[in-house]
Amino acid sequence: MEALAHQIIAGIATGGIYASLALALVMIYQATHHVNFAQGEMATLSTFIALSFIQAGMPYWVAFFATIAVSFLIGVAVERLLMRPVQNAPVLTHVGVFIGLLLIIGNLTGWVFGYTTKMFPTPFESDQPLFGGLVSAHQLGSTAVTLAVLLLVYLFFRHTKLGLAMRAAAYNPRSARLVGIRVGWMLALGWGLAAAIGAVAGMMIAPVVFLDPTMMLGILLYAFAGALLGGIDNPMGAVLGGFAVGVLENLAGAYVVGTELKLTVALIIIIGVLVIRPSGLFGRVVLSRV
Amino acid sequence: MPALLEARGLHAGYGPTQVLHGLDFTVEEGGVTALLGANGAGKTTTLRAISGMVRTTGEVLFRGERIDGRATEDIARRGIAHVPDGRGTFMELTVEENFRLGAYIRRDAEVQADFERMWALFPRLRQRWRQQAGTLSGGEQQMLAIARALLLRPRLLLMDEPSFGLAPLIVEEIFGIMRRVREESRVGILLVEQNANLALELADHAYLLETGRIVISGPAAEIRRDEAIRRSYLGY
Ligand SMILES: Nc1ncnc2c1ncn2[C@@H]1O[C@H](COP(=O)(O)OP(=O)(O)O)[C@@H](O)[C@H]1O
Ligand SMILES: [Mg+2]
Repeated sequence: MEALAHQIIAGIATGGIYASLALALVMIYQATHHVNFAQGEMATLSTFIALSFIQAGMPYWVAFFATIAVSFLIGVAVERLLMRPVQNAPVLTHVGVFIGLLLIIGNLTGWVFGYTTKMFPTPFESDQPLFGGLVSAHQLGSTAVTLAVLLLVYLFFRHTKLGLAMRAAAYNPRSARLVGIRVGWMLALGWGLAAAIGAVAGMMIAPVVFLDPTMMLGILLYAFAGALLGGIDNPMGAVLGGFAVGVLENLAGAYVVGTELKLTVALIIIIGVLVIRPSGLFGRVVLSRV
Repeated sequence: MPALLEARGLHAGYGPTQVLHGLDFTVEEGGVTALLGANGAGKTTTLRAISGMVRTTGEVLFRGERIDGRATEDIARRGIAHVPDGRGTFMELTVEENFRLGAYIRRDAEVQADFERMWALFPRLRQRWRQQAGTLSGGEQQMLAIARALLLRPRLLLMDEPSFGLAPLIVEEIFGIMRRVREESRVGILLVEQNANLALELADHAYLLETGRIVISGPAAEIRRDEAIRRSYLGY
Protein backbone atom coordinates (compact mmCIF):
# COMPACT_ATOMS: atom_id res chain seq x y z
CA MET A 1 0.00 0.00 0.00
CA GLU A 2 2.77 2.36 0.96
CA ALA A 3 4.71 1.42 -2.15
CA LEU A 4 1.67 2.25 -4.26
CA ALA A 5 1.24 5.63 -2.55
CA HIS A 6 4.92 6.22 -3.13
CA GLN A 7 4.60 5.51 -6.84
CA ILE A 8 1.58 7.74 -7.17
CA ILE A 9 3.29 10.64 -5.42
CA ALA A 10 6.39 10.23 -7.57
CA GLY A 11 4.07 10.16 -10.58
CA ILE A 12 2.43 13.40 -9.57
CA ALA A 13 5.83 15.06 -9.16
CA THR A 14 7.03 14.11 -12.65
CA GLY A 15 3.49 14.59 -13.97
CA GLY A 16 3.78 18.24 -12.99
CA ILE A 17 6.79 18.55 -15.27
CA TYR A 18 4.88 16.92 -18.12
CA ALA A 19 1.91 19.16 -17.36
CA SER A 20 4.05 22.33 -17.62
CA LEU A 21 5.59 21.28 -20.90
CA ALA A 22 2.20 20.11 -22.21
CA LEU A 23 0.87 23.56 -21.39
CA ALA A 24 3.76 25.15 -23.26
CA LEU A 25 3.00 22.97 -26.28
CA VAL A 26 -0.71 23.81 -26.15
CA MET A 27 -0.09 27.55 -25.88
CA ILE A 28 1.86 27.55 -29.10
CA TYR A 29 -0.46 25.06 -30.74
CA GLN A 30 -3.50 27.23 -30.04
CA ALA A 31 -1.90 30.25 -31.62
CA THR A 32 -0.23 28.58 -34.60
CA HIS A 33 -1.82 25.13 -35.00
CA HIS A 34 1.64 23.62 -34.97
CA VAL A 35 3.36 21.52 -32.34
CA ASN A 36 6.69 23.00 -31.30
CA PHE A 37 8.88 19.91 -31.37
CA ALA A 38 11.79 22.04 -30.16
CA GLN A 39 10.09 22.91 -26.85
CA GLY A 40 12.14 20.28 -24.99
CA GLU A 41 15.46 21.42 -26.46
CA MET A 42 14.64 25.01 -25.57
CA ALA A 43 13.99 23.92 -21.98
CA THR A 44 17.28 22.02 -21.87
CA LEU A 45 19.16 25.07 -23.11
CA SER A 46 17.47 27.13 -20.39
CA THR A 47 18.55 24.62 -17.76
CA PHE A 48 22.16 24.85 -18.91
CA ILE A 49 21.92 28.61 -18.73
CA ALA A 50 20.64 28.25 -15.15
CA LEU A 51 23.57 25.99 -14.30
CA SER A 52 26.09 28.47 -15.63
CA PHE A 53 24.43 31.26 -13.62
CA ILE A 54 24.70 29.11 -10.50
CA GLN A 55 28.31 28.18 -11.27
CA ALA A 56 29.07 31.86 -11.74
CA GLY A 57 28.06 32.33 -8.13
CA MET A 58 24.46 33.44 -8.26
CA PRO A 59 22.26 32.25 -5.40
CA TYR A 60 19.82 29.55 -6.61
CA TRP A 61 16.68 31.67 -6.66
CA VAL A 62 18.38 34.60 -8.36
CA ALA A 63 19.60 32.22 -11.05
CA PHE A 64 16.11 30.72 -11.22
CA PHE A 65 14.39 34.02 -12.01
CA ALA A 66 17.21 35.25 -14.24
CA THR A 67 16.87 32.05 -16.27
CA ILE A 68 13.13 32.57 -16.61
CA ALA A 69 13.73 36.09 -17.92
CA VAL A 70 16.44 35.03 -20.37
CA SER A 71 14.35 32.10 -21.58
CA PHE A 72 11.40 34.40 -22.15
CA LEU A 73 13.58 36.61 -24.35
CA ILE A 74 14.92 33.59 -26.25
CA GLY A 75 11.34 32.45 -26.89
CA VAL A 76 10.37 35.89 -28.20
CA ALA A 77 13.48 36.02 -30.39
CA VAL A 78 12.82 32.57 -31.86
CA GLU A 79 9.33 33.60 -32.87
CA ARG A 80 10.36 36.98 -34.29
CA LEU A 81 13.45 35.78 -36.16
CA LEU A 82 12.65 32.20 -37.17
CA MET A 83 8.93 31.54 -37.06
CA ARG A 84 7.56 34.83 -38.31
CA PRO A 85 9.20 34.63 -41.75
CA VAL A 86 7.47 31.30 -42.39
CA GLN A 87 4.13 32.02 -40.75
CA ASN A 88 2.15 31.69 -43.98
CA ALA A 89 4.21 28.83 -45.38
CA PRO A 90 2.77 25.34 -45.86
CA VAL A 91 2.67 22.79 -43.03
CA LEU A 92 5.72 20.88 -44.21
CA THR A 93 7.82 24.03 -44.08
CA HIS A 94 6.78 24.44 -40.47
CA VAL A 95 7.67 20.87 -39.60
CA GLY A 96 11.02 21.45 -41.27
CA VAL A 97 11.62 24.64 -39.32
CA PHE A 98 10.68 23.00 -36.02
CA ILE A 99 12.99 20.05 -36.64
CA GLY A 100 15.73 22.43 -37.74
CA LEU A 101 15.19 24.44 -34.57
CA LEU A 102 15.34 21.26 -32.49
CA LEU A 103 18.64 20.22 -34.07
CA ILE A 104 20.17 23.68 -33.94
CA ILE A 105 19.32 24.29 -30.30
CA GLY A 106 20.31 20.74 -29.35
CA ASN A 107 23.68 21.02 -31.07
CA LEU A 108 24.27 24.54 -29.87
CA THR A 109 23.66 23.40 -26.31
CA GLY A 110 26.07 20.48 -26.69
CA TRP A 111 28.70 22.62 -28.36
CA VAL A 112 28.59 25.38 -25.77
CA PHE A 113 28.07 23.34 -22.60
CA GLY A 114 29.52 19.95 -23.53
CA TYR A 115 27.94 16.52 -23.80
CA THR A 116 28.90 15.13 -20.41
CA THR A 117 26.11 14.55 -17.94
CA LYS A 118 26.04 17.10 -15.15
CA MET A 119 24.53 17.31 -11.68
CA PHE A 120 21.97 20.05 -11.19
CA PRO A 121 21.24 21.39 -7.70
CA THR A 122 17.87 21.40 -6.03
CA PRO A 123 16.89 24.19 -3.63
CA PHE A 124 14.71 21.76 -1.69
CA GLU A 125 16.54 19.72 0.94
CA SER A 126 15.42 18.34 4.23
CA ASP A 127 17.28 16.63 7.05
CA GLN A 128 14.25 14.72 8.22
CA PRO A 129 12.27 12.27 6.10
CA LEU A 130 8.99 13.89 5.11
CA PHE A 131 5.71 12.08 5.80
CA GLY A 132 7.58 8.98 6.92
CA GLY A 133 9.80 8.94 3.83
CA LEU A 134 6.83 8.89 1.50
CA VAL A 135 7.95 11.93 -0.43
CA SER A 136 11.30 13.60 -0.99
CA ALA A 137 11.87 17.27 -0.32
CA HIS A 138 12.57 17.83 -4.00
CA GLN A 139 9.37 16.11 -5.06
CA LEU A 140 7.37 18.23 -2.67
CA GLY A 141 9.14 21.46 -3.58
CA SER A 142 9.13 20.94 -7.34
CA THR A 143 5.45 20.04 -7.29
CA ALA A 144 4.71 23.23 -5.37
CA VAL A 145 6.72 25.27 -7.88
CA THR A 146 4.95 23.60 -10.78
CA LEU A 147 1.53 24.23 -9.29
CA ALA A 148 2.46 27.84 -8.60
CA VAL A 149 3.50 28.29 -12.24
CA LEU A 150 0.30 26.72 -13.51
CA LEU A 151 -1.78 28.90 -11.20
CA LEU A 152 0.05 32.06 -12.27
CA VAL A 153 -0.41 31.24 -15.93
CA TYR A 154 -4.09 30.59 -15.32
CA LEU A 155 -4.55 33.89 -13.49
CA PHE A 156 -2.64 35.74 -16.19
CA PHE A 157 -4.84 34.42 -19.00
CA ARG A 158 -8.08 34.77 -17.03
CA HIS A 159 -7.68 38.06 -15.30
CA THR A 160 -5.36 40.36 -17.20
CA LYS A 161 -6.03 42.46 -20.25
CA LEU A 162 -2.91 41.18 -21.96
CA GLY A 163 -3.88 37.57 -21.25
CA LEU A 164 -7.30 38.18 -22.75
CA ALA A 165 -5.73 39.79 -25.82
CA MET A 166 -3.43 36.80 -26.25
CA ARG A 167 -6.36 34.41 -26.10
CA ALA A 168 -8.31 36.54 -28.56
CA ALA A 169 -5.35 36.62 -30.95
CA ALA A 170 -5.04 32.83 -30.78
CA TYR A 171 -8.73 32.10 -31.27
CA ASN A 172 -9.51 34.65 -33.92
CA PRO A 173 -6.58 36.66 -35.29
CA ARG A 174 -8.69 38.57 -37.84
CA SER A 175 -11.14 39.89 -35.31
CA ALA A 176 -8.31 40.54 -32.88
CA ARG A 177 -6.69 42.88 -35.42
CA LEU A 178 -10.02 44.64 -35.89
CA VAL A 179 -10.08 45.60 -32.20
CA GLY A 180 -6.50 46.86 -32.46
CA ILE A 181 -4.58 43.92 -30.97
CA ARG A 182 -1.06 43.52 -32.35
CA VAL A 183 -1.44 39.85 -33.17
CA GLY A 184 2.17 39.32 -34.21
CA TRP A 185 3.43 40.49 -30.84
CA MET A 186 0.88 38.38 -28.98
CA LEU A 187 2.32 35.38 -30.78
CA ALA A 188 5.85 36.34 -29.79
CA LEU A 189 4.75 36.82 -26.17
CA GLY A 190 3.16 33.37 -26.29
CA TRP A 191 6.49 31.90 -27.40
CA GLY A 192 8.24 33.78 -24.63
CA LEU A 193 5.83 32.49 -22.00
CA ALA A 194 6.05 28.93 -23.30
CA ALA A 195 9.85 29.10 -23.17
CA ALA A 196 9.71 30.48 -19.60
CA ILE A 197 7.39 27.68 -18.47
CA GLY A 198 9.67 25.15 -20.15
CA ALA A 199 12.65 26.65 -18.32
CA VAL A 200 10.98 26.08 -14.96
CA ALA A 201 10.15 22.50 -15.94
CA GLY A 202 13.77 21.93 -16.97
CA MET A 203 15.18 23.31 -13.73
CA MET A 204 12.76 21.20 -11.67
CA ILE A 205 13.44 17.90 -13.49
CA ALA A 206 17.22 18.26 -13.94
CA PRO A 207 18.11 17.30 -10.32
CA VAL A 208 16.20 14.03 -10.89
CA VAL A 209 17.29 12.96 -14.37
CA PHE A 210 20.62 14.88 -14.48
CA LEU A 211 21.50 17.40 -17.11
CA ASP A 212 22.76 16.65 -20.60
CA PRO A 213 21.79 18.01 -24.02
CA THR A 214 19.26 15.24 -24.61
CA MET A 215 17.67 15.48 -21.17
CA MET A 216 14.26 16.55 -22.44
CA LEU A 217 13.87 14.11 -25.31
CA GLY A 218 11.87 11.50 -23.43
CA ILE A 219 10.21 14.08 -21.21
CA LEU A 220 8.82 15.98 -24.18
CA LEU A 221 7.39 12.74 -25.50
CA TYR A 222 5.50 12.24 -22.22
CA ALA A 223 4.40 15.87 -22.26
CA PHE A 224 3.15 15.46 -25.82
CA ALA A 225 1.28 12.32 -24.77
CA GLY A 226 -0.26 14.30 -21.90
CA ALA A 227 -1.25 17.16 -24.20
CA LEU A 228 -2.85 14.78 -26.67
CA LEU A 229 -4.59 12.87 -23.90
CA GLY A 230 -6.14 16.03 -22.48
CA GLY A 231 -6.72 17.72 -25.82
CA ILE A 232 -4.03 19.56 -27.74
CA ASP A 233 -6.19 22.69 -27.94
CA ASN A 234 -7.29 22.71 -24.31
CA PRO A 235 -4.82 24.10 -21.74
CA MET A 236 -6.62 22.70 -18.68
CA GLY A 237 -7.04 19.34 -20.36
CA ALA A 238 -3.37 19.24 -21.29
CA VAL A 239 -2.34 19.98 -17.71
CA LEU A 240 -4.56 17.22 -16.34
CA GLY A 241 -3.30 14.95 -19.13
CA GLY A 242 0.29 15.68 -18.11
CA PHE A 243 -0.38 14.69 -14.49
CA ALA A 244 -2.28 11.58 -15.61
CA VAL A 245 0.59 10.48 -17.84
CA GLY A 246 3.06 11.01 -14.99
CA VAL A 247 1.09 8.76 -12.66
CA LEU A 248 0.36 6.17 -15.35
CA GLU A 249 3.99 6.05 -16.37
CA ASN A 250 5.14 5.43 -12.82
CA LEU A 251 2.56 2.78 -12.08
CA ALA A 252 3.17 1.00 -15.36
CA GLY A 253 6.92 1.17 -14.79
CA ALA A 254 6.62 -0.25 -11.28
CA TYR A 255 3.97 -2.89 -11.77
CA VAL A 256 3.46 -3.69 -15.44
CA VAL A 257 6.19 -3.18 -17.98
CA GLY A 258 9.27 -2.42 -15.89
CA THR A 259 11.40 0.70 -16.13
CA GLU A 260 13.08 -0.23 -19.43
CA LEU A 261 9.80 -0.15 -21.31
CA LYS A 262 8.37 2.94 -19.61
CA LEU A 263 8.79 5.14 -22.65
CA THR A 264 6.63 2.73 -24.59
CA VAL A 265 3.77 3.80 -22.34
CA ALA A 266 4.00 7.29 -23.77
CA LEU A 267 4.01 5.99 -27.32
CA ILE A 268 1.04 3.74 -26.64
CA ILE A 269 -0.89 6.68 -25.19
CA ILE A 270 -0.01 8.88 -28.18
CA ILE A 271 -1.05 6.29 -30.71
CA GLY A 272 -4.09 5.25 -28.71
CA VAL A 273 -5.41 8.81 -28.44
CA LEU A 274 -4.75 9.57 -32.10
CA VAL A 275 -6.66 6.46 -33.15
CA ILE A 276 -9.53 6.45 -30.67
CA ARG A 277 -10.18 10.06 -29.78
CA PRO A 278 -8.05 12.54 -31.74
CA SER A 279 -9.53 15.55 -29.93
CA GLY A 280 -8.36 14.17 -26.57
CA LEU A 281 -10.42 13.52 -23.46
CA PHE A 282 -11.21 17.20 -22.97
CA GLY A 283 -10.88 18.31 -26.59
CA ARG A 284 -12.39 21.68 -27.22
CA VAL A 285 -16.09 21.64 -27.89
CA VAL A 286 -17.04 25.06 -29.12
CA LEU A 287 -20.70 25.65 -28.58
CA SER A 288 -22.06 27.47 -31.53
CA ARG A 289 -25.37 28.32 -33.00
CA VAL A 290 -26.03 30.03 -36.28
CA MET B 1 -12.44 70.30 -43.63
CA PRO B 2 -11.62 66.93 -45.14
CA ALA B 3 -14.28 64.22 -45.32
CA LEU B 4 -14.23 61.58 -42.60
CA LEU B 5 -13.26 58.98 -45.16
CA GLU B 6 -12.36 59.38 -48.78
CA ALA B 7 -11.34 56.75 -51.30
CA ARG B 8 -9.63 57.77 -54.54
CA GLY B 9 -9.13 55.28 -57.34
CA LEU B 10 -9.31 52.36 -54.94
CA HIS B 11 -8.34 49.00 -56.42
CA ALA B 12 -8.28 45.75 -54.49
CA GLY B 13 -8.22 42.02 -55.08
CA TYR B 14 -7.25 38.59 -53.91
CA GLY B 15 -4.06 37.14 -55.35
CA PRO B 16 -4.19 37.68 -59.09
CA THR B 17 -7.93 38.47 -59.15
CA GLN B 18 -8.88 42.13 -59.24
CA VAL B 19 -12.21 42.76 -57.52
CA LEU B 20 -12.40 46.54 -57.16
CA HIS B 21 -11.60 48.62 -60.22
CA GLY B 22 -11.02 52.17 -59.04
CA LEU B 23 -13.65 53.33 -56.56
CA ASP B 24 -14.14 56.96 -55.55
CA PHE B 25 -16.38 57.67 -52.60
CA THR B 26 -16.65 59.64 -49.38
CA VAL B 27 -18.23 59.11 -45.99
CA GLU B 28 -19.19 62.17 -43.97
CA GLU B 29 -18.97 62.52 -40.23
CA GLY B 30 -22.14 61.79 -38.31
CA GLY B 31 -24.03 60.38 -41.25
CA VAL B 32 -24.88 57.01 -42.72
CA THR B 33 -23.56 56.14 -46.15
CA ALA B 34 -24.95 53.01 -47.75
CA LEU B 35 -22.98 50.80 -50.10
CA LEU B 36 -25.39 48.66 -52.08
CA GLY B 37 -25.03 46.03 -54.72
CA ALA B 38 -25.74 42.44 -55.66
CA ASN B 39 -23.98 39.47 -54.18
CA GLY B 40 -20.38 39.39 -55.39
CA ALA B 41 -20.31 43.07 -56.40
CA GLY B 42 -17.37 43.78 -54.08
CA LYS B 43 -19.03 45.36 -51.03
CA THR B 44 -17.25 43.20 -48.48
CA THR B 45 -13.98 43.69 -50.32
CA THR B 46 -14.44 47.45 -50.14
CA LEU B 47 -14.74 47.34 -46.35
CA ARG B 48 -11.74 45.01 -46.16
CA ALA B 49 -9.77 47.41 -48.33
CA ILE B 50 -10.50 50.27 -45.92
CA SER B 51 -9.46 48.09 -42.96
CA GLY B 52 -6.26 46.97 -44.62
CA MET B 53 -7.32 43.34 -44.79
CA VAL B 54 -6.68 42.99 -48.53
CA ARG B 55 -4.00 44.24 -50.86
CA THR B 56 -4.94 47.61 -52.36
CA THR B 57 -3.73 50.34 -54.64
CA GLY B 58 -5.09 53.86 -54.79
CA GLU B 59 -5.66 56.15 -51.85
CA VAL B 60 -7.75 55.90 -48.72
CA LEU B 61 -7.80 59.03 -46.59
CA PHE B 62 -9.15 59.04 -43.06
CA ARG B 63 -9.65 62.59 -41.76
CA GLY B 64 -7.28 63.75 -44.44
CA GLU B 65 -4.50 61.24 -43.72
CA ARG B 66 -3.50 58.28 -45.84
CA ILE B 67 -4.29 54.96 -44.21
CA ASP B 68 -3.91 52.66 -47.20
CA GLY B 69 -1.07 50.19 -46.79
CA ARG B 70 -1.24 50.38 -43.01
CA ALA B 71 -1.74 47.36 -40.78
CA THR B 72 -5.31 46.49 -39.79
CA GLU B 73 -4.59 46.98 -36.09
CA ASP B 74 -3.18 50.47 -36.72
CA ILE B 75 -6.24 51.42 -38.72
CA ALA B 76 -8.46 50.21 -35.87
CA ARG B 77 -6.36 52.21 -33.42
CA ARG B 78 -7.01 55.36 -35.43
CA GLY B 79 -10.73 54.97 -34.80
CA ILE B 80 -12.19 52.78 -37.52
CA ALA B 81 -14.34 49.94 -36.17
CA HIS B 82 -15.42 47.13 -38.46
CA VAL B 83 -18.28 44.70 -38.00
CA PRO B 84 -17.15 42.13 -40.57
CA ASP B 85 -19.30 39.72 -42.52
CA GLY B 86 -19.88 36.65 -40.41
CA ARG B 87 -19.87 39.06 -37.42
CA GLY B 88 -16.38 38.32 -36.15
CA THR B 89 -17.32 37.90 -32.50
CA PHE B 90 -15.00 35.84 -30.34
CA MET B 91 -17.14 32.71 -30.11
CA GLU B 92 -15.03 30.95 -27.47
CA LEU B 93 -15.07 33.94 -25.15
CA THR B 94 -17.86 35.33 -22.99
CA VAL B 95 -19.99 38.35 -23.78
CA GLU B 96 -18.11 40.26 -21.10
CA GLU B 97 -14.75 39.35 -22.61
CA ASN B 98 -15.98 40.41 -26.05
CA PHE B 99 -16.91 43.77 -24.54
CA ARG B 100 -13.49 44.12 -22.94
CA LEU B 101 -11.81 43.33 -26.24
CA GLY B 102 -13.93 45.95 -27.97
CA ALA B 103 -12.45 48.54 -25.62
CA TYR B 104 -8.97 46.99 -25.79
CA ILE B 105 -7.17 50.02 -27.17
CA ARG B 106 -8.82 52.52 -24.85
CA ARG B 107 -7.00 54.04 -21.91
CA ASP B 108 -9.72 56.47 -20.78
CA ALA B 109 -11.81 56.11 -17.65
CA GLU B 110 -15.17 55.91 -19.38
CA VAL B 111 -15.06 52.30 -20.48
CA GLN B 112 -17.39 51.18 -17.69
CA ALA B 113 -19.83 53.96 -18.53
CA ASP B 114 -19.79 52.81 -22.15
CA PHE B 115 -20.51 49.24 -21.04
CA GLU B 116 -23.60 50.60 -19.34
CA ARG B 117 -24.55 52.52 -22.45
CA MET B 118 -24.29 49.30 -24.44
CA TRP B 119 -26.40 47.46 -21.87
CA ALA B 120 -29.07 50.10 -22.36
CA LEU B 121 -28.91 49.71 -26.14
CA PHE B 122 -28.77 45.91 -26.01
CA PRO B 123 -30.48 44.69 -22.84
CA ARG B 124 -30.28 41.08 -24.06
CA LEU B 125 -26.50 41.21 -23.94
CA ARG B 126 -26.57 42.10 -20.30
CA GLN B 127 -28.62 39.00 -19.58
CA ARG B 128 -26.05 36.91 -21.41
CA TRP B 129 -23.08 38.64 -19.76
CA ARG B 130 -21.18 35.53 -18.62
CA GLN B 131 -22.27 33.28 -21.45
CA GLN B 132 -19.96 32.06 -24.20
CA ALA B 133 -20.62 34.17 -27.31
CA GLY B 134 -20.95 31.03 -29.43
CA THR B 135 -24.09 30.09 -27.52
CA LEU B 136 -25.94 33.31 -28.44
CA SER B 137 -28.63 33.41 -31.10
CA GLY B 138 -27.75 34.93 -34.48
CA GLY B 139 -29.45 38.20 -33.58
CA GLU B 140 -27.69 38.43 -30.23
CA GLN B 141 -24.36 37.74 -31.91
CA GLN B 142 -24.97 40.57 -34.36
CA MET B 143 -25.81 42.84 -31.44
CA LEU B 144 -22.63 41.76 -29.70
CA ALA B 145 -20.63 42.48 -32.85
CA ILE B 146 -22.08 45.98 -33.04
CA ALA B 147 -21.55 46.64 -29.33
CA ARG B 148 -17.98 45.38 -29.59
CA ALA B 149 -17.35 47.76 -32.49
CA LEU B 150 -18.95 50.77 -30.76
CA LEU B 151 -16.86 50.16 -27.63
CA LEU B 152 -13.81 51.19 -29.64
CA ARG B 153 -15.44 54.67 -29.65
CA PRO B 154 -14.87 54.84 -33.37
CA ARG B 155 -15.17 57.88 -35.55
CA LEU B 156 -16.07 55.59 -38.42
CA LEU B 157 -18.06 52.38 -38.21
CA LEU B 158 -17.95 49.89 -41.07
CA MET B 159 -20.86 47.45 -41.05
CA ASP B 160 -21.09 44.45 -43.34
CA GLU B 161 -24.67 43.25 -43.82
CA PRO B 162 -25.94 43.44 -40.25
CA SER B 163 -29.28 41.99 -41.43
CA PHE B 164 -27.74 38.88 -42.94
CA GLY B 165 -29.46 35.63 -42.01
CA LEU B 166 -31.69 37.21 -39.37
CA ALA B 167 -35.46 37.08 -38.91
CA PRO B 168 -37.33 40.27 -39.95
CA LEU B 169 -38.26 41.16 -36.37
CA ILE B 170 -34.64 41.00 -35.23
CA VAL B 171 -33.53 43.03 -38.24
CA GLU B 172 -36.13 45.64 -37.31
CA GLU B 173 -34.76 45.74 -33.76
CA ILE B 174 -31.16 46.08 -34.93
CA PHE B 175 -31.95 48.88 -37.37
CA GLY B 176 -33.89 50.63 -34.63
CA ILE B 177 -30.78 50.51 -32.48
CA MET B 178 -28.63 51.81 -35.32
CA ARG B 179 -31.01 54.76 -35.71
CA ARG B 180 -30.46 55.55 -32.04
CA VAL B 181 -26.70 55.24 -32.39
CA ARG B 182 -26.78 57.62 -35.29
CA GLU B 183 -28.80 60.18 -33.33
CA GLU B 184 -26.85 59.90 -30.12
CA SER B 185 -23.29 59.97 -31.43
CA ARG B 186 -21.13 61.65 -34.04
CA VAL B 187 -19.93 58.40 -35.52
CA GLY B 188 -19.98 58.10 -39.30
CA ILE B 189 -21.34 54.83 -40.61
CA LEU B 190 -20.54 53.04 -43.85
CA LEU B 191 -23.29 50.48 -44.15
CA VAL B 192 -23.10 47.57 -46.57
CA GLU B 193 -26.43 45.91 -47.24
CA GLN B 194 -28.14 43.63 -49.71
CA ASN B 195 -31.44 44.71 -48.25
CA ALA B 196 -31.46 48.02 -50.14
CA ASN B 197 -34.85 49.20 -48.95
CA LEU B 198 -33.84 48.96 -45.32
CA ALA B 199 -30.45 50.59 -45.87
CA LEU B 200 -31.85 53.51 -47.88
CA GLU B 201 -34.30 54.29 -45.10
CA LEU B 202 -31.42 54.80 -42.69
CA ALA B 203 -28.83 56.32 -45.02
CA ASP B 204 -28.21 59.92 -46.10
CA HIS B 205 -26.17 59.02 -49.10
CA ALA B 206 -25.78 55.86 -51.15
CA TYR B 207 -23.43 54.27 -53.65
CA LEU B 208 -24.36 51.43 -55.91
CA LEU B 209 -21.66 48.92 -56.72
CA GLU B 210 -21.66 46.63 -59.72
CA THR B 211 -18.79 44.18 -60.36
CA GLY B 212 -16.28 46.35 -58.60
CA ARG B 213 -17.34 49.73 -60.00
CA ILE B 214 -19.58 52.45 -58.65
CA VAL B 215 -22.42 52.83 -61.11
CA ILE B 216 -24.71 55.23 -59.24
CA SER B 217 -24.33 57.58 -56.33
CA GLY B 218 -26.58 60.17 -54.77
CA PRO B 219 -28.72 61.15 -51.82
CA ALA B 220 -30.46 58.09 -50.40
CA ALA B 221 -33.90 59.68 -50.62
CA GLU B 222 -33.52 60.33 -54.35
CA ILE B 223 -32.35 56.83 -55.08
CA ARG B 224 -35.26 55.43 -53.14
CA ARG B 225 -37.70 57.45 -55.24
CA ASP B 226 -36.11 56.51 -58.55
CA GLU B 227 -38.15 53.65 -59.87
CA ALA B 228 -35.79 52.85 -62.74
CA ILE B 229 -32.82 52.42 -60.39
CA ARG B 230 -34.91 50.39 -58.02
CA ARG B 231 -36.05 48.04 -60.76
CA SER B 232 -32.74 47.55 -62.52
CA TYR B 233 -30.30 47.55 -59.61
CA LEU B 234 -32.07 47.01 -56.36
CA GLY B 235 -34.61 44.42 -57.41
CA TYR B 236 -37.66 45.59 -55.53
N1 LIG C 1 -11.11 35.58 -49.89
C1 LIG C 1 -11.36 35.67 -51.21
N2 LIG C 1 -10.51 35.11 -52.11
C2 LIG C 1 -10.74 35.21 -53.43
N3 LIG C 1 -11.80 35.82 -53.97
C3 LIG C 1 -12.69 36.39 -53.14
C4 LIG C 1 -12.52 36.34 -51.72
N4 LIG C 1 -13.55 37.00 -51.16
C5 LIG C 1 -14.32 37.43 -52.16
N5 LIG C 1 -13.81 37.09 -53.37
C6 LIG C 1 -14.37 37.42 -54.67
O1 LIG C 1 -14.45 38.81 -54.80
C7 LIG C 1 -15.65 39.20 -55.42
C8 LIG C 1 -16.37 40.20 -54.55
O2 LIG C 1 -16.73 39.57 -53.34
P1 LIG C 1 -17.32 40.36 -52.11
O3 LIG C 1 -16.51 41.56 -51.88
O4 LIG C 1 -17.44 39.39 -51.00
O5 LIG C 1 -18.76 40.77 -52.65
P2 LIG C 1 -20.05 41.19 -51.85
O6 LIG C 1 -19.70 41.46 -50.43
O7 LIG C 1 -20.54 42.40 -52.57
O8 LIG C 1 -21.02 40.07 -51.97
C9 LIG C 1 -16.44 37.92 -55.68
O9 LIG C 1 -16.26 37.58 -57.03
C10 LIG C 1 -15.80 36.91 -54.78
O10 LIG C 1 -15.85 35.66 -55.37
MG1 LIG D 1 -20.35 40.47 -48.68
